[in-house]
Amino acid sequence: MEYIDPHIHMVSRTTDDYETLAKMGCVAMSEPAFWAGFDRGSAECFRDYFRQLTEFEPKRAAQFGIRHYTWLCINAKEAENVGLSREVIALIPEFLDHPNVLGIGEIGLNKNTPNESTIFLEHVDLAVRHRQQMLIHTPHLEDKYQGTRMIVDMLAGDSRVERGRVLIDHVEEHTIRLVRESGFWAGMTLYPVTKCTPQRAVDMIEMFGPERLMVNSAGDWGPSKPTAVPDLIFEMRRRGHPESLIRRVVYENPLAFFAQSANFRFTPRA
Amino acid sequence: MMTATSTASGNKVLDREFFEIRHTILALAASLDRLERAGGGSDDDRRRRLLREGLDVLGSDAPNKAERVQLAFSREYDPAWRSKFGL
Repeated sequence: MEYIDPHIHMVSRTTDDYETLAKMGCVAMSEPAFWAGFDRGSAECFRDYFRQLTEFEPKRAAQFGIRHYTWLCINAKEAENVGLSREVIALIPEFLDHPNVLGIGEIGLNKNTPNESTIFLEHVDLAVRHRQQMLIHTPHLEDKYQGTRMIVDMLAGDSRVERGRVLIDHVEEHTIRLVRESGFWAGMTLYPVTKCTPQRAVDMIEMFGPERLMVNSAGDWGPSKPTAVPDLIFEMRRRGHPESLIRRVVYENPLAFFAQSANFRFTPRA
Repeated sequence: MMTATSTASGNKVLDREFFEIRHTILALAASLDRLERAGGGSDDDRRRRLLREGLDVLGSDAPNKAERVQLAFSREYDPAWRSKFGL
């Protein structure tokens, strides 16, 4: 089955992974900017990173027939450095017209601190002023519930935010209801230990339905599985769900969400 | 909340998942045995209380166990956080 992975960090993966994903049915992916595993020393490092995301990765993906899209920001971990964050936010607009840029992301919170919240609000302002979509990271483990509530508070506090153009990612059983009932898109991340298994993700599809719901691997440099979306497809089939429902979650929903971006161009395979 | 998209009856779920659930319970039991053999940890370690709360949820008859376990392991949300942060 053709599918789209709406959240995967291919800069951390090998070219062999692109080939494997293509063979598994991946036809498109979106890659939000994230933490490199270490704090970068200057805004110029981010300029190089954004060039990698907008110039190099789309070419690497295209070798395997995969469309590569991206989202730009300084992530929540490095947002603790407010000065650096403001320098990075200032250089983002020069990349926004690039054909594979879908919006601002993955912004969000990590430890739910005042500095992270300040920079999150400044990213939201940037997105709104440039009419960009947003992809939002929610914290891990014990910080997730509190952080997701704080993120929804901040978005709801800005009347300019178009909720249907915002994806709040890494939802789990205790946050999916809030995100969806607040009018946002929700993403479930299939990730070992700290996020969601394919089985639990299918449980949530069964309990809450497929409306404004996506699933992703968030494959990166840590323990993660870039082919996790096919694992979910397999689990849905194992439970007897119709192909139409599976396709909606793993293909049609990401397309519908991405299509709201001014830069989005995609030709389905014949 | 059950919806129409759920296609498996209770018996079908048992047929499909009984051995997985058994495996999960055994793994959990063995983990708790391991912890107990090692002395159980400090009395004031909050993680012990969290594990107990999680196990209490599993032992209850109430629905939405996964959501309630998640909430048991979550930090509290303060609705006044913005004013406390000065934002």
